Amino acid sequence: MRASQFFNTLLLKEFVSAFGLAMRYFFSPKPTVNYPFEKGPVSPRFRGEHVLRRYPNGEERCIACKLCEAICPAQAITIEAGPRQNDGTRRTVRYDIDMVKCIYCGFCQEACPVDAIVEGPNFEFATETREELYFSKEKLLSNGDRWEREIAANLAADAPYR
Amino acid sequence: MDALLAALDYLLGIPVLGWGTHIGFVYKALLLLVSLLVFTAFILLADRKIWAAVQIRRGPNVVGPFGLLQSFADLIKFALKEPLIPAGADKVLFLMAPLITATLALAGWAVVPVDNGWAMANINVGILYLLGISSLGVYGVIIGGWASNSKYPFFGSLRAAAQMVSYEVSIGLVIITVLLCVGSLNLNDIVVAQRDMGLATTLGVPWLTFLNWFWLPLFPMFVVFYISALAETNRPPFDLAEGESELVAGFMTEYSATPYMLFMLGEYISILLMCGMTTILFLGGWTSPIDLPPFTWIPGFIWFFAKLSLVFFMFAMAKAIVPRYRYDQLMRIGWKVFLPLSLVMVVIVAFVLQLTGWGWHGGVA
Repeated sequence: MRASQFFNTLLLKEFVSAFGLAMRYFFSPKPTVNYPFEKGPVSPRFRGEHVLRRYPNGEERCIACKLCEAICPAQAITIEAGPRQNDGTRRTVRYDIDMVKCIYCGFCQEACPVDAIVEGPNFEFATETREELYFSKEKLLSNGDRWEREIAANLAADAPYR
Repeated sequence: MDALLAALDYLLGIPVLGWGTHIGFVYKALLLLVSLLVFTAFILLADRKIWAAVQIRRGPNVVGPFGLLQSFADLIKFALKEPLIPAGADKVLFLMAPLITATLALAGWAVVPVDNGWAMANINVGILYLLGISSLGVYGVIIGGWASNSKYPFFGSLRAAAQMVSYEVSIGLVIITVLLCVGSLNLNDIVVAQRDMGLATTLGVPWLTFLNWFWLPLFPMFVVFYISALAETNRPPFDLAEGESELVAGFMTEYSATPYMLFMLGEYISILLMCGMTTILFLGGWTSPIDLPPFTWIPGFIWFFAKLSLVFFMFAMAKAIVPRYRYDQLMRIGWKVFLPLSLVMVVIVAFVLQLTGWGWHGGVA
């Protein structure tokens, strides 16, 4: 027993067998997703960057009910409401989301009665400064215009399970 | 005046005195330096790629085809960043330490024969020079760790000092066994001896040169040298001097930008130097493994760098598969295993050589 242990140590038996194992993995196909060039699948329920959606006629969906502001656990949403100049309907004057505070729980989109605030599939919105992460109403509406097609498809895909 | 011109002729190879058609010393040094640095850049990439492949990752693959230009991108990044010097650091020593490391690592290459007689300085005590230079390398680490004036670098440099000194002992004894077989301290002679004598020559098949090399008759010493070389260059699994789980980055913690790059460069060039030493001492240097036409057509320096790369591959694999040693285990292996083993081998080799009359008795280089 002692002699065999001695020779195993001297001939680096463990090292050699580990080397063989390592060489097997060395040539095995790599599971790495080559990220900026190829991306993994994203679930329709993925909660990414927020958007404010519009109706097909261009009217904004949000009616300033402030349910999202009320439910937001991180208190990241700030809304000011008032009658709109041209037709007097109740709309948001100000709709800010502090994306630094946001915890991406998705409560706002659950609370929304008109599917106006939705967390879209986009997760690549890193910025160089903190200030750029304080999203204003204009930013959120332009996000909505940009991601409407994907978000509509995702909502349709998830609808049977709700 | 004549002496000055002769010196110029020697240094630059400019034919100021008659037919000075040889390549000058300066150009030779420049050629070696540049090719070594470029080789190091790719070795650095290879290290990362091998490590990644064992862990089923891809490794750097964005800069250039297959990420081949990654090291050059890193070089630009290091050169453009701001070198931070801690307020409490000894400024002169702090900046001198990486310079010492890089310069000494490069200086070691002056005596390495990359082909038959292709050494910057073919001195007759080349192996002693190499041993001395690699021992001096510890100064860069110690000075860097001390001058940082910070806890972790200081611990790292203390560890590095003890570790490098311990493993130099076994490296020295391993070298002695090779020297006993060769009877010369000249690196060129060591390689020539491996080409001309050994098992293959004894068996009457001298064209099987790879059986002639010292790795076979001195196999235990080959293994001891390989492991000691890992420890001597602070490579994983013996990278306690920069063990990031305990010492952040060891003696390099406070370094950034170009000084850090010089440390990295020095480290990798001394790793290459150790691989080169392994090649020269045990793997027959520039000689081709089989002394028959298709192999002998390939020039010697390509064989040398191919073998060097093979040894480096083993270094990289050891980094990928062996977990880091604890410090007391490191010291135990160095002093209680390698030292007695190599001492006994020195005695055995000396006895065998004395009784049988084997060994190299000179020859045509």
